[in-house]
Order: sequence, then structure tokens, then C-alpha cells
Amino acid sequence: MEYKDYYKIMGVKRDATQDEIKRSYRKLARKYHPDVSKEPDAEAHFKEVGEAYEVLKDPQKRAAYDQLGANWKSGQEFRPPPDWNQGFEFRGGGFTGGDSEHFSDFFESLFGAGGLGGRYTRREFHARGEDSYARVSIDLEDAYHGAARSLTLRGTEIGPDGRPQVKERTLNVRIPKGVRQGQHIRLAKQGGAGFGQGEPGDLYLEIEFQPHPFYKVEGKDVYLNLPLAPWEAALGATVKAPTPNGTVDLKIPAHSAAGRKLRLAGRGIPAKEPGDLYVVLQIELPKADNDPAIAAYQVFAKAFQFNPRAHLGV
Amino acid sequence: MVNKELRNLLSGDVMEEEMLLTLGELSRACRLPAERILELVDEGVIEPQGRNPVQWVFQGVCVRRVRCAQRLQRDLGVNPAGAALALDLLEELERLRARLKRMD
Repeated sequence: MEYKDYYKIMGVKRDATQDEIKRSYRKLARKYHPDVSKEPDAEAHFKEVGEAYEVLKDPQKRAAYDQLGANWKSGQEFRPPPDWNQGFEFRGGGFTGGDSEHFSDFFESLFGAGGLGGRYTRREFHARGEDSYARVSIDLEDAYHGAARSLTLRGTEIGPDGRPQVKERTLNVRIPKGVRQGQHIRLAKQGGAGFGQGEPGDLYLEIEFQPHPFYKVEGKDVYLNLPLAPWEAALGATVKAPTPNGTVDLKIPAHSAAGRKLRLAGRGIPAKEPGDLYVVLQIELPKADNDPAIAAYQVFAKAFQFNPRAHLGV
Repeated sequence: MVNKELRNLLSGDVMEEEMLLTLGELSRACRLPAERILELVDEGVIEPQGRNPVQWVFQGVCVRRVRCAQRLQRDLGVNPAGAALALDLLEELERLRARLKRMD
């Protein structure tokens, strides 16, 4: 088991006051809170900080931890000395904190002896299992047509010895048509197992769209950048455009400027009131890399008395 | 094999769409006493339809908002008003991030 330097995790000195520890905890909790943070590994950091605070906020636990000495380095192989915490009141008292089942082996070996086992064997009552969460990545096309996804979930279950163990299971889940980025699908009773005769919890699946090479999604609207040749934009044209439902013929009005948005009503993500598909026009210039092309651009230059910088006053 | 897979295909409810819950159902889904839900209604974290608590119905998205508010209160020590503010700001941030992603 690895030694954990709770002071380092908390970003405080070993002689920090309880107030300093609390302030530092609040700051780190806001930084790494999984609902708030976009930091990578926010959840792991948040749990680590929570564990460190669980020890350092409690003067009894902190004193016991300090007694291990200051010479340990984070990650160093660690075994608690025998009877190291004698005389501290929390012995056998178990946890005081909320999410204590997620604390590390290191924490458990120091403060959890008789706590974790006791925690579960004490549950003689019947309680609903925990709800679990998972993310599902789907393609935009799946939201248009619906799909089925096979998910492998790793969860903890309480084994016959009363201790949690990791179990893997595979679920086949229907992805309903019209589902959007960030939405949640609730699968009743597919969460953690219940205690006693309690029902299992629910499983919540958060929908995440895989980035698409050319469609962008905002809510139920879908955006497509559509390149045009300069003459198509100037003269108007009928061009082919891809949509998640298949190719369509799109009429480009004459005098279209780059950035013009054409709305294809109801061709966004399907729903009772479906989203729209916005085609954003872009103008691509062909390269002047051969003689006829260069000649054509020169004809262009002569034909137009065009100063694109007139509005800049130059 | 295909048949077996089809038989095991699970269907769920999309929380954000068309799902409506009573106060009791919401409080069970969030595992909170109704009084805590009422606190969040008072702060405007969630908005029920209907005139009084007996007739109230909540949209499915409320489950997510209540749970998030609950986690913020527990983990960051904010009160219901602070959680309401954080939720509004987080949703605004989410919208702006989606727009930014589209602009890339």
C-alpha cells in the first residue's frame, strides 16, 4: 500500500491551522468538484481531497496521522506500525464522513479497521441500492435513427463476505431516436444491488455525441459548413449537401455571402418539435496554379473595379 | 444470438423529455425528503407546473438539477440559494461551451 501525504494533497504545511485546512479544502473542492470542474481526472482528485480532509479536519485523526512522522513520501510503500493509533478515540468507531467507501486502502488501514466491515454487517435493514452513472458515446446518426449499444459496466457489489468487490456486466441498451447531447436515460433497477430485500438502484446513462467530421450540434440544431465556388455563391446554384438523413439538393440564392445561414426547418435532431439544420455557406477559392486559371483570375480582375477594403478607408 | 440480444435489449426513459413526476416521485428519485425539494422549489432551482404541491408535476430534468444542487450543498457547503446560482451559471457555461465547440 502506498503512503499518502494528506498535507501535500491539501496544499498546506504540516503546521497549518484548522482554519487554513478548511479554506484550502473549500478551494480545492470547488476546483475539482465533478459537477463543476472540467479538469482531467477531476473526480479522482476530488475523492483524494475529500479523503485528506476527512483526516485533517478531525484533530484526533490528524494527531494520529501526524504520529506516523513527516519522513514519508507520497507513494512510498507503507505498512502501519503495530498499535500505531493506540489511545486515539476513533479506534473502532468507523467513519464519520459521507463517501467513505471510496477512500483509499491507506485510509482504511489507518482509520477503517473494523469500520468498513462493520459498516456493511451493520446493515441488517433493507435499503435500495445505489444509483449508478455511466456515459454512452453515440454518433449523431444514432440520434436521428435510434440505435442499440452494448455497454460494459464495472461496478462494486457486496460479496458474500460482506465486503465490496468489483463486478463487470454487459447491458444492451436501446438508444431512443431524438436523444441529445447531455441528456440522461434512466434504466430503472439496473443500478447497484439493494441491501437485504431492498430494490436495486437505477442506472443513469449520460449521452455524449462523438465529434462528427462535418456536423456540429447545438441543442437539437445541427450545423453544417458548406463550401461553394465563388460563381455558385454569386450567381446562385443548386448544389448537393449532405444531411444526417441523406443527401439533399439545396438551392443557393444568388448574391450569397460567406457566412450566410440557410435553415432547413425540421431537419435537425428529431423530436415532437424537431431541431433545424443550418447550412453555413463558405466560399472556397480555386487555386491559381496553372495558366488557364491564372488567365481566368486576370479576366476577373479586369471585369471588376473591386476594392474589398473600401470600408477600411484605404 | 441475434434474437437473444434483442430479447435482452433494455429501454429506458429519457429524463429530459416528456417524463413527468409528482412531488413524491421526484423525492424518491432523488432520495430526498419532500421538505428539501420544497426548499429548492422556493429557490427556483426547479419549477413545478400546477397550483399547489398536491397537483405539482415536475419535468424529468428536475431530477438532475436537484441531485446536482444536493451534491453542491453537501460537498461545497453552499446553501440552497448558492446552489441555485451555481446551477444557473453552470448551465450558461454549458450553453456557451456548446456554442464555442460549434464555432471551431
